[in-house]
Amino acid sequence: MPDFKRAVVRLVGSGEPEIGCDECFKELDRYVELELDGVDADAAVPGMRAHLAGCPACREDHESLGAFVRSTRPS
Amino acid sequence: MSALPSEASVASMVSVVGALDTPVPRAAPLLDRESREWLVSLNGHGPGRDAAIARLHALLLHAAQFEVARRRPTLPHVRGNEFEDIACEAADDALVSVLARLGDFRGASRFTTWVYKFALYEAAAKLRRRAWQGREVPLEAESWEAFTDGASDTAAEVERRELLATVKDGIARRLTPHQRTVLVALAVNGVPIDVLAERLGTTRGALYKTLHDARRSLRAGLAESGLDLKLTESGGGDANA
Repeated sequence: MPDFKRAVVRLVGSGEPEIGCDECFKELDRYVELELDGVDADAAVPGMRAHLAGCPACREDHESLGAFVRSTRPS
Repeated sequence: MSALPSEASVASMVSVVGALDTPVPRAAPLLDRESREWLVSLNGHGPGRDAAIARLHALLLHAAQFEVARRRPTLPHVRGNEFEDIACEAADDALVSVLARLGDFRGASRFTTWVYKFALYEAAAKLRRRAWQGREVPLEAESWEAFTDGASDTAAEVERRELLATVKDGIARRLTPHQRTVLVALAVNGVPIDVLAERLGTTRGALYKTLHDARRSLRAGLAESGLDLKLTESGGGDANA
């Protein structure tokens, strides 16, 4: 039940250790480049994945930066 | 359309950071060539710096326009020229932020990736606020429909209802009034966090801390009730009594 799961995570969080919005913004550029380079970004920035799961605004920022940087790189 | 900040105001802001006297930050050996060139130009003086600021603003505007274009379909009531104004304002605000924080850049990413995030952040925040402009921010729970699947009386649905009842009880009994307001607005009613931060006169970071603490209290209540949640991305969403 993905929709229910998403709704419950939104309500009570995943319970995993996570960083906050300020730290997320600080690390976002590094995290996105590691992802695009195929490096284990979650190992480099612990707590980022859990924060993105629990914070819709930061998740949108992450998606936007990834999409934009990808669009600027040669294919 | 907003104008670029004046050269005097930008120089004033950057001098506060104290990075202008040092052409290249301490982490310079780790920087790629393009990032070094950006920093040297932006930390310099005269026409070279003016030109670098103009190029930087063009990059930021491009990023802001990208974000506006992505979100435009979700804002059918907004006029076309207003989108361009939002992109320009986002680029202007991002330019101010970038120039004020040049000393923070340590080369963990390319300089361009670092600056893009400021433009995208500003554009997204402005668009979220625009979407909620003139709307009342609901602070009481409006609907719990997202937490049910409308299914009949399967065992799984019974468990979900039990979980939801426990969560609602936790919201009423375990949270402070402020935690309750923040959690309900953000997690039940879907109010964007920067919209709520603006309405409550606080910051996104502070609100998320409140949300985090509220969630922890609710999970503790679920655990005390014997409801074991597996809610990681790879895990299931079921509650096992």
